[in-house]
Amino acid sequence: MSFLSELIKLVYQVDGDDFTAAGSASSDVKRIMKQLGMDSEITRRVTICMYEGEMNMVIHAKGGEAFVEIDDEKVKILMKDKGPGIPDLNLAMQEGWTTADETARNLGFGAGMGLPNMKRYSDEFQIETKMGEGTTVTMQIWLNGGKKVA
Amino acid sequence: MTVQELAIKMEFSVAAGAKAFNKEVCGCYIGDLLSRVISRSKPSGAWITIMTNVNVAAVALLSDVACVILAEDVEPDPPLIERCDIEGIPLLRSKLDAYTIACGLKEII
Ligand SMILES: Nc1ncnc2c1ncn2[C@@H]1O[C@H](COP(=O)(O)OP(=O)(O)OP(=O)(O)O)[C@@H](O)[C@H]1O
Ligand SMILES: [Mg+2]
Repeated sequence: MSFLSELIKLVYQVDGDDFTAAGSASSDVKRIMKQLGMDSEITRRVTICMYEGEMNMVIHAKGGEAFVEIDDEKVKILMKDKGPGIPDLNLAMQEGWTTADETARNLGFGAGMGLPNMKRYSDEFQIETKMGEGTTVTMQIWLNGGKKVA
Repeated sequence: MTVQELAIKMEFSVAAGAKAFNKEVCGCYIGDLLSRVISRSKPSGAWITIMTNVNVAAVALLSDVACVILAEDVEPDPPLIERCDIEGIPLLRSKLDAYTIACGLKEII
């Protein structure tokens, strides 16, 4: 592929508890991928991963930072927060598990599908978390030969 | 079928996003839990929901649905209307419930 001669690096500050601006980092990444003429299925998968990560930082971690790198092989998303951490990762990764409070649930969050979606739609998924220190999620989506997710 | 034709045939009222009314619609997804909607809805589908807050606009935009149909006469929050107008997301309202709307869509599109 020749459309990217240079690495693209994007950095976003994600505000915590600001539900009204939520999704703006994901929207920006999607817009850029469209402008670059990137494959729509790849864009869709990146968008889902990015949105779920962004919302988790808003709802569960009082905000954080997102770093996105695009090169001619992959899109790499790194989401880093200094939130409370996740006590039981196995539980958190299960579909349907949520600790979202009533405010978040009333807004349509709390299906307990965010982390499972992130794992499902990325080719590589890593999560590191430490209680009282924060959570870092790294996701990579290959531009060629990646997963086919319905 | 365009969003506009759909809105007329199904007697939806228009809350926002009229500038994007020439979008083509096919199929629909019904849901209120945003993590489900973003992964399961189909591009160019109609999204039927009873959620009325501004996050609906972000999810609609990110999932490329053709329009949002608010069922059961729920009233959209002003920030949702505003965002849908800015982003060009058709926001429609119906007195019918989600099931009845979906059945109607099946008949006409
Ligand atoms: N960045 C984070 N910091 C702290 N806890 C987190 C973080 N991300 C996820 N969690 C915990 O893991 C749980 C599951 O997360 P997941 O994204 O799968 O579901 P959810 O956010 O609760 O609901 P949904 O994503 O469907 O709206 C959360 O309820 C929360 O307890
Ligand atoms: Mg989540």
